[in-house]
Amino acid sequence: MTAALPVLILMTSLVPAIVTFFLPQESHLLRNALNLGSAVLKLALIVAMLVAVAGGAIYEAALPLAPGLVLLLRVDEIALLFVSLSATLWLLTTIYAIAYFGDKAELSRFFGFFSLCVAATTGLALSGSLISFFLFFEMLTLSTWPLVAHKQNRASLDAARSYLLFALPGSAALLWAIIWLESTTGPVLFTDPPDLGGIDPWSQRAIFALFIIGVGVKAALVPLHGWLPAAMAAPAPVSALLHAVAVVKAGAFGVIRVVYDVFGAGTVVDLGVGVPLAALASLTILWGSIRALQQDEIKKRLAFSTVSQVSYIVLGAALAGPYAMIGGLVHLVHQGLMKITLFFCAGIYDERAGIKRIDGLNGLGARMPWTSTCFSLGAMGMVGLPPLAGFVSKFYLGLGGIEAGAPWVLAVLAASTLLNAAYFLPLLYRLWFLPPAEDASGDERAPALVAPAVVTAAGSLGVGILAASAISPLGWANLIVLRGYAP
Amino acid sequence: MTGLTVFALTGAALVGLGFYGLLAARHLLRRVVAFNLIGSGLFLFFGAAGARGVGPDPVPQALIITGIVVALSATALAVGLVVVHARAAGHAVLPEEPEEPEEPKDEGAT
Amino acid sequence: MNALVAVLALPLLGALAAVALPPRAGVRAALLATALTVAATIWLLLAVARRGVQGVILGGWEPPLGIGLAADGLGAAFIAMSAAVMGGVALAARQMMAPDVVGARAAFGFWPLMLLLWAALNAVFVSRDLFNLYVGLELLSLAAVALVAIGGKEAALAAAMRYMIFALAGSLLYLAGVVLAYAAHGTLDIGLLAARDAAPSDGLALALMTAGLLAKTAIFPFHVWLPPAHAGAPAPASALLSGLVPKASFLIILRLWFEAMPDRAGFAALMLLAGLGAGAVIWGSLQAMAQARLKMIVAYSTVAQLGYLLLVFPIAGGDGAAQPWAAGAWTGAMFQVLSHALAKAAMFLSAGLYLAAVGSDRLGDLRGLARTMPMTAFAFALAAVTLMGLPPSGGFTAKYLMMTAAFAAGQWYWALVMALGGLLAAAYLYRPMAVLFARESLIAPRPVTRAAQAVPLVLAGASILLGVFSAPPFEFMQIGRPDAAEEGL
Repeated sequence: MTAALPVLILMTSLVPAIVTFFLPQESHLLRNALNLGSAVLKLALIVAMLVAVAGGAIYEAALPLAPGLVLLLRVDEIALLFVSLSATLWLLTTIYAIAYFGDKAELSRFFGFFSLCVAATTGLALSGSLISFFLFFEMLTLSTWPLVAHKQNRASLDAARSYLLFALPGSAALLWAIIWLESTTGPVLFTDPPDLGGIDPWSQRAIFALFIIGVGVKAALVPLHGWLPAAMAAPAPVSALLHAVAVVKAGAFGVIRVVYDVFGAGTVVDLGVGVPLAALASLTILWGSIRALQQDEIKKRLAFSTVSQVSYIVLGAALAGPYAMIGGLVHLVHQGLMKITLFFCAGIYDERAGIKRIDGLNGLGARMPWTSTCFSLGAMGMVGLPPLAGFVSKFYLGLGGIEAGAPWVLAVLAASTLLNAAYFLPLLYRLWFLPPAEDASGDERAPALVAPAVVTAAGSLGVGILAASAISPLGWANLIVLRGYAP
Repeated sequence: MTGLTVFALTGAALVGLGFYGLLAARHLLRRVVAFNLIGSGLFLFFGAAGARGVGPDPVPQALIITGIVVALSATALAVGLVVVHARAAGHAVLPEEPEEPEEPKDEGAT
Repeated sequence: MNALVAVLALPLLGALAAVALPPRAGVRAALLATALTVAATIWLLLAVARRGVQGVILGGWEPPLGIGLAADGLGAAFIAMSAAVMGGVALAARQMMAPDVVGARAAFGFWPLMLLLWAALNAVFVSRDLFNLYVGLELLSLAAVALVAIGGKEAALAAAMRYMIFALAGSLLYLAGVVLAYAAHGTLDIGLLAARDAAPSDGLALALMTAGLLAKTAIFPFHVWLPPAHAGAPAPASALLSGLVPKASFLIILRLWFEAMPDRAGFAALMLLAGLGAGAVIWGSLQAMAQARLKMIVAYSTVAQLGYLLLVFPIAGGDGAAQPWAAGAWTGAMFQVLSHALAKAAMFLSAGLYLAAVGSDRLGDLRGLARTMPMTAFAFALAAVTLMGLPPSGGFTAKYLMMTAAFAAGQWYWALVMALGGLLAAAYLYRPMAVLFARESLIAPRPVTRAAQAVPLVLAGASILLGVFSAPPFEFMQIGRPDAAEEGL
């Protein structure tokens, strides 16, 4: 069973993806049942595994391809953190997407690629070797393209093209880095950091830079972030998935893997590449926030906010210390919960009230109280108000900054918090305190749209309040650092 | 000068003539003839080169015969092609630049 | 009866039957011959996998007097590739080459030519004698030229004629090299040649043979004949011409440089070959980007994809052959051959389906076809993934193996060419993908059956599976390899 379980978890997304492609457009019931059923099954499998892994078990499944190419699935604590996030949010997003699309066209294609995208994320999370990581990373690139282009109008096709324009050179850089590294060290397994002794320090730095470019495109690090705001042309469920679990998280997760499992925190510090990366992450945090301030469209503002927030994770990884790592890991989950709430709500505003722009939000709090409450919770979490999720992340990142001897991180965090407040609080003010427009309409009589948002909003509140308990993301992140990366 | 050298030199001369024809002639039939010249020259040279040592070497002879058959079939196809092409195009000269074949608009038509 | 003889004799017999019988029965006979040859191929694969290299001495005459045929892992893998592509093409051609679609003459001519081509390919894959290879190569060229001309239109005939000139010139150059080799060594058997000491004329012989073969493989700068010929032929014929035919002449180059005369080539010559390959990758891709028709894009993509193959020479050839990375680079190139064949056949067959649906392959006329023919669009996309070299396709395995070896050999610049080639492939394949994916369609397409759409999908899927399950073919191709290193890196 130890080998079968990771494969099974991957298959719970991969098989429905392939089956869905062949379902006729009209068979709504079958398609929905298949997708929801697999999502529930996957969640159940993951819970079972969580219990086992907490007890110290490790699951592994290997498929050797050609010599040097080993497809390795390995479930350890850090993989489970990511995979449980993606599985939970997959289930919720599927419910949301079914309600969102109703009986629109091309749904078999949509849900097929949607599941494929989740399968890629799962595989990426479970990858135990660099080459498997790359494999699923690319699968993610390709399966996301049809999702971004789904509406098939000019804006989404342009967005999809710009996505590939960034993503494919990024992949080339990543592949270049992997091959450069592996041609000297042999296949790299995450459990067993490679011996870099055969490579001179400047080449090591170049390899590190190539790695960061490769995963940085997906993590939307400035200046490689241009595709992300454009990609909001995609339907709301796609944006939710893209911004919370799939693409940007894959990039951030990649940074964590590169820093801790490929190079090792010690080497990163010795090479002197951690601080530049942290500086780049800080720049991204500030730049994303400033750009978010300038946006009038809700989804665009949220998109730039993602650019900014994901770099907290990168910052946590770059500082290469235990506290910072805890902050980064926990933000991987926290940002996912908060941002998916915000995108769910943005989709509801658009779908039920036809509101895309910020000035349309006036007075909506009374008309759509559930949605607006969720939105407010998500936004306040992003700002970092205690006891919401964002506060916990920022607290640990701050500690990590001090610990790593980089107190300027505190300044970045403070500035970012102010900026977050500056671009989120006006929205809340409009929702709750301004009078509605005279011709305002809209309601939230769509429980399947609102319920997922309520769940994730409650989640982002819960993980903050219950942060001290062992089963919270923070508790799990502590466990990861204690078991695997304690100095 | 032995007989063999004569054969070899004649073969080489034929090859040279053939190459000249290939480059200088634009008429497709002339080019086909030029190919045959080169082929014959090579076979002659082959025969001369094979006849080393004491007795005649059977291998080149067998190969030359095979080669002649192959060259004959290639020539047949080439001449056939020249004829159809000339019928379709009205001349037996290829256009200077390879151009895109015209759009097969009606290929799928029933 | 030996499996090796069967894969040569069955397509020949089928070709004869297809000519002799009345048209309907002829097609049925051709399909039967196809099925039997596929079965014989599987038989041969099993035999090679179980018992190693399979050989036959024709007529009981030992080399150098007689001719020996042998299928090693490499040859058998190429035969399997032909069987896969031929099988798919035969299924697709039942509709695409029907008399009411392409006219009675083309419909009649296609089947015997296809089978003849198959026999010639298999003959090249198992021959171990330079002259025998020449005969196989000539047979191959004649069948291929006829397949280009089969449409009967003026432009196609001109393309066929140009192809013929290149093919004949290539054959003569090759033959001249063969003559020199015989004059120096008195044998043309590859195994015996390898055992002889180097002769002064070997360099010239090798150069002549290689130049001729490069012209036949359409390697840059001898590629000009390929795009019009491959784009002008009917789609099933294009699939064979692009996917299989250049691989035969490439295999001979490979056998010459790695088996017959491995130590004769200097490093500069190896680098020159790879330089031509790099030129092909870049020039072919740039040209593909400039094309307005789907079949021309796919044809120029062949020019580019063939270029990768030549990069193997400096990495694994010459002195590199004894290095630990040689097996990886060499097998990587073979993966490129196999996955390109499958993917390119799938692409041309997809193009043929689009042509059947809207009567044109101009990019502008293909708008929105992903909606009406999703399976075909998916097949095209999967094939594109292989050509771009993205995981988990066979094309990725090829690139990974070759790039790692290039780095290990200290020739990182060839890895750069491969990475750049992947990006360029993405650029030229993106245009058709985006057009297919557009929302509105201009032309109401004629319906195409799901069964017809399944063929390219299966071929493209196979090119992906080749990457997912790359360990068995990797092992298989090492069977009978002369100085096979223990394993790759």
